[in-house]
Amino acid sequence: MIQLALVENGLRTQTDGTQFVLRPFGSWIVRNLGEIEDALGETEFPAGDGVAVFDLAELERIDVAGAWLIHRAAKTLAARGCRLQFENIGRGARILLEEVAASDRDPILPEPEKVTARGMVESTGKSVGGAANDLVELVNFVGNIVTITFNMLRRESRLRLTSIIYHLELMGLRAVPIVVLITFVIGLIVSQQAIYQLRAFGAEQLAVNFIGIVILRELGVLLTAIMVAGRSGSAITAEVGAMRMREEIDAVNTLALDPVEVIVVPRLTALVIAVPILTFIGNISALVAAALVSLFYGGIPIDVFIDRLRENVDFINFTRGMIKAPFMAFMIGVVAIMEGLRVGGSTDSLGRHTTAAVVKSIFLVIVVDGIFVLYYAFVDG
Amino acid sequence: MAINPKTIHSARGYLFDARDLVVGFGEKIILDGVSVGLRRGEILGIVGPSGCGKSVLLRTLIGLVPRMGGQIRYFGRDIDRVTERDRRKIEKRWGVLFQHGALFSSLTVKENVQVPMREHLSISQTLMDELAELTISMVGLNPDAGAKYPSELSGGMIKRAALARALALNPDILFLDEPTSGLDPVSAANFDELMLNLQQTLGLSVFMVTHDLDSIFRTCSRLVILKDRKVLVDGDLDAVLGFEDDWVQSYFGGKQARVEYAEDRDSGVAGAPT
Repeated sequence: MIQLALVENGLRTQTDGTQFVLRPFGSWIVRNLGEIEDALGETEFPAGDGVAVFDLAELERIDVAGAWLIHRAAKTLAARGCRLQFENIGRGARILLEEVAASDRDPILPEPEKVTARGMVESTGKSVGGAANDLVELVNFVGNIVTITFNMLRRESRLRLTSIIYHLELMGLRAVPIVVLITFVIGLIVSQQAIYQLRAFGAEQLAVNFIGIVILRELGVLLTAIMVAGRSGSAITAEVGAMRMREEIDAVNTLALDPVEVIVVPRLTALVIAVPILTFIGNISALVAAALVSLFYGGIPIDVFIDRLRENVDFINFTRGMIKAPFMAFMIGVVAIMEGLRVGGSTDSLGRHTTAAVVKSIFLVIVVDGIFVLYYAFVDG
Repeated sequence: MAINPKTIHSARGYLFDARDLVVGFGEKIILDGVSVGLRRGEILGIVGPSGCGKSVLLRTLIGLVPRMGGQIRYFGRDIDRVTERDRRKIEKRWGVLFQHGALFSSLTVKENVQVPMREHLSISQTLMDELAELTISMVGLNPDAGAKYPSELSGGMIKRAALARALALNPDILFLDEPTSGLDPVSAANFDELMLNLQQTLGLSVFMVTHDLDSIFRTCSRLVILKDRKVLVDGDLDAVLGFEDDWVQSYFGGKQARVEYAEDRDSGVAGAPT
């Protein structure tokens, strides 16, 4: 009793023969709920038949949460065979207790999911099926785009020039600084390493051949495509996903417009134009970085650097790098838009699909690169 | 007939009391010297033409929109002069129902209702589940609604679920932004009934922005009409209906049936609405 007296809100109990008296005191309101729940947890309810008396005289304030706790205690006591009796119950408390009792009902508990061997096999099968479905959907989608493009040639669909230029600015022009920066830094790093390793053989000048080929064929286009996938791919998915959530895609459909024509083609076209241009800019930036490193770190004058580049790095290296850019851009765009169209009603599905878009498009960029490498290896023997 | 807001506000017994609010975005002034207060136990309706700043007023009162001037007192304390901790305490004493529900779409209805409990109370998961079930039941949703996600709910159910979340901490003040918009008349009437019922049993005070005339006649004990950036009228239904203003007259005047209903109700004659 003494320790309870220090508590402002809680429950005092007393046993008089067969009578079990509960005296809630203080404010049984939601703010003090933790305290009261603890007090109730420490209370031992009697078993067997008797009379349980709730004396609310010392109760200062009560709200729905407090009423629920009293109701719950009463329910427990009644279930043990006690007769219930309420004393000194105010008007407010009575209304609340009645309201709580009226709203009390058995909750529907969701069936807990069981982990079974069968379930595991099933989910594996489902994800394999999902991957196959992905492929079918991709082919379907690309086919759709091709159809629309042909319709444009036949002038049945419109090429939306304003929209394309708008997206060109967003995905192309605005991406220039970051692409220049990244390729410049990577150019510095790669050429420093090349010169350092070849210096042991006294062959610093050979570094120029290596740097030139690796930048023009691989690094420039890969880095640019990965930057664009992260930057514009995620933006496209988020934009298209939000449009789906707010029923804008449905609106486009009902206005007798084709979402592929209005939403997909302008973005894809812009990407396919922007990525090669960005790749070219990235290549130049990386080469400038390489020339600077060669001059200051390798002691190769700029004119020697340029001469060696001209003699040893064929133009075909440049074209073989550049030709990959539009294919990569196409993959980035298709994946981003498809993921955007799959966004469901909730915000976390938007996040999930944006992540998936970036991961998948970077993966596909590298796959495309690998295919080209294999092809050239085959062609060149 | 109109009661001067200044004289009312000098009286005590206000849960919140906002004076001379000035709110604007850039050059554009939305509210210019607006004063409103909410008494314990009343349902206050805010009415006005579209774009007159009703929702802005509500958002200003709950601190979502910064104000350029004026003072807001909650439970007698100036909101600008309280510590961050006290501010949180005040925020726990109000519940807000946003126009589109603003339920967290990645959580189920039950989890939505439990968010404020989980953050602000130190109680067991069992009790939290029980209280969430209770609140969901009180707002009239089916038991199976608790496990559903907001995207699986109809408009009316979303409003009810959002109301359940607003009620989770047993607030003293309930802010409602167009609670019946987008509901069919029957659902809207049910929602009004629910609100009246909750207001009477829980002793809630309600601040409601609305366009719904039926809802106004059914529930509001006082009305504030906003027009041209200012409070045009502040008073009970009679005061508003008798106010000489073209907008007020055309807003309420065209609904003669409802007015008669309101008169019947006031004189104690039972009559069915519409």
